[in-house]
Amino acid sequence: MISSDPKQVQRICFDNIEVENMHTLEVAKAHGAYAFLPNVLKDFDTDKIIDEVKVSGLRGRGGAGFPTGLKWSFVPRNTGKPIYLLCNADEGEPGTFKDRDIMRFDPHLLIEGMIMSGFALGVKDAYIYIRGEFLHEYNVMCGAIEEAYAANLLGDNILGSDYSMNLMMHRGAGAYICGEETALIESLEGKAGRPRFKPPFPAVEGFYGCPTVVNNVETIATVPAILEHGAAWHAAIGIPNNTGCKIFSVSGDVNKPGNYEVPMGTTLKVLIEDYCGGLKHGSVPKVVIPGGSSTPWLTGEHYEVPLTYDDLMKAGSFLGSGAIIVMDETADLVAITHRLTRFYAHESCGQCTPCREGTGWLERVLERVNAGQGSDDDVKVMKDASTHMAGRTICALAEGAAAPILSLLEHFPEDVQAKLLNPQQAEKTS
Amino acid sequence: MSTVTEPQFSEARLVEIKALSKRYPHQKSALMPVLYMAQEDFGYLSMEVQQMVADTLSLKIMEVREVVTFYTMFREQPCGKYLLEVCTNASCMMNGAYALLDHMTASLGIKAGETTADGMFTIAEVECAGACAGAPVVQVNNMYHENVTANDMDALLTKVRAGEVI
Ligand SMILES: Cc1cc2nc3c(=O)[nH]c(=O)nc-3n(C[C@H](O)[C@H](O)[C@H](O)COP(=O)(O)O)c2cc1C
Ligand code: SF4
Ligand code: FES
Repeated sequence: MISSDPKQVQRICFDNIEVENMHTLEVAKAHGAYAFLPNVLKDFDTDKIIDEVKVSGLRGRGGAGFPTGLKWSFVPRNTGKPIYLLCNADEGEPGTFKDRDIMRFDPHLLIEGMIMSGFALGVKDAYIYIRGEFLHEYNVMCGAIEEAYAANLLGDNILGSDYSMNLMMHRGAGAYICGEETALIESLEGKAGRPRFKPPFPAVEGFYGCPTVVNNVETIATVPAILEHGAAWHAAIGIPNNTGCKIFSVSGDVNKPGNYEVPMGTTLKVLIEDYCGGLKHGSVPKVVIPGGSSTPWLTGEHYEVPLTYDDLMKAGSFLGSGAIIVMDETADLVAITHRLTRFYAHESCGQCTPCREGTGWLERVLERVNAGQGSDDDVKVMKDASTHMAGRTICALAEGAAAPILSLLEHFPEDVQAKLLNPQQAEKTS
Repeated sequence: MSTVTEPQFSEARLVEIKALSKRYPHQKSALMPVLYMAQEDFGYLSMEVQQMVADTLSLKIMEVREVVTFYTMFREQPCGKYLLEVCTNASCMMNGAYALLDHMTASLGIKAGETTADGMFTIAEVECAGACAGAPVVQVNNMYHENVTANDMDALLTKVRAGEVI
């Protein structure tokens, strides 16, 4: 059970993650799941919940870090249209694998979060959009939802209250772009996942033109603890404006890769050395991508940065999804940048010319450079094309695609030069 | 009359699809789940199957085509009985994914994207599977295998060839 003393708190979403059979309703209930739900349905209303979430300081865990309570307050009520709640479980940002663990190990936490969030927003139909590859997690979630319906935790008049809500799983089918919230909505409408222009924002005009809230799995899974323990309890964890805990998915050149939920403000070094068993080689990482592959790189200079939205921004990057990719001195940065660029070129939805053409072009140039056939002109092209791609497109994918290239060129020009000078150097190594 | 029989969903599937469609504000939202059903029932999404899906959901064939071609998990071609999807994105790459992929293509004698002549195996190179702590990751018919070594892969292929279900 979560401790009520904030100083003692280590974890929120992962509080019961190691409990065996936590995916079953019986075990989940024995560990406190749904215990506070009757109180919420009885004693809370929309304003009170939105207020609690605002004061808690919770910010979106999907990438942008937008304050959750504020997002919810933008939803117009009384438009006569239904309001939809969509949970973003697309989890496609390279390096990110946290939502998967919540769903496969503690699905009832997410369901409880959906009920409470849905209740706050007056939602009748809620959907969880899960990436197609997560078939096992989809099945676990479907099983848990079925159990929840049978126990009257979902469906009509939840636990005898006036509140009714349906919850349904919906599978994506292998398109990273569907993690972008408006592409997700398009996809859920049975179309290709092409992002929409904003505004209008989904809160006003989303799923089938109705007010819609899209939140990440980890965001939603944090809501039950906030309502049960109170906004002040949550706000006391971490540091102001960066409150609560965050799950960091750490992978790459560390000895114990994995998901670690720690209070916000824990330093990168502590996370890597105390939780992840340290680096595979050397004492300081060469590169750390702090928030998923779309975020700018940090170098060894920032090894002691506190992991918060604000501190990472000061360091020139973003907290993003909390996916930390660590590269030690053995990493082949040009080869990795080439691979990431190929990813973005493959995943661009193609509707903005700078993104479609830019990612394709950059992929070809990087392929050449990585194969030892690049020239100084190629380096110039890389710089120009990636600089010009960002900010001129419908969604942020293009900016994310530029990030690794700009980081490589800024911090490691000698690694690029070395490839230009050594035509024999083969690709595909790292 | 055409001698080729048109593909048809079973009665049970049609009942399932009808119930499913009601769970969305509009029937069109059921397109992706129905395409998954069709792919499961017919192996892949041929033009005839896509037409059948369009008819079932009262959609234009172009609306179905647009979705089928946009998403990588919908297949317009048959694939092997075992689909081996190797993630080669950053974290897997740093943990030997390309060496593993090379080992697999060499031992099966096919390239990524191809199917063995006996129709048993297809190898595909895929993007981050969302399981990077277990790099390198291989999905075998959508089952995740993590920290996969060349030896693990050999053992798996031997098992499948011996007729064991995995
Ligand atoms: C290209 C792209 C991919 C994204 N992928 C995801 C994703 O897989 N999961 C996610 O929660 N958010 C993703 N986002 C962010 C969403 O658009 C959205 O901001 C988020 O789901 C909102 O939830 P939150 O406020 O709870 O973080 C992505 C954004 C972009 C531009
Ligand atoms: S930036 Fe790229 S992915 Fe985003 S909408 Fe434009 S073309 Fe599509
Ligand atoms: S990079 Fe392979 S699972 Fe993420």
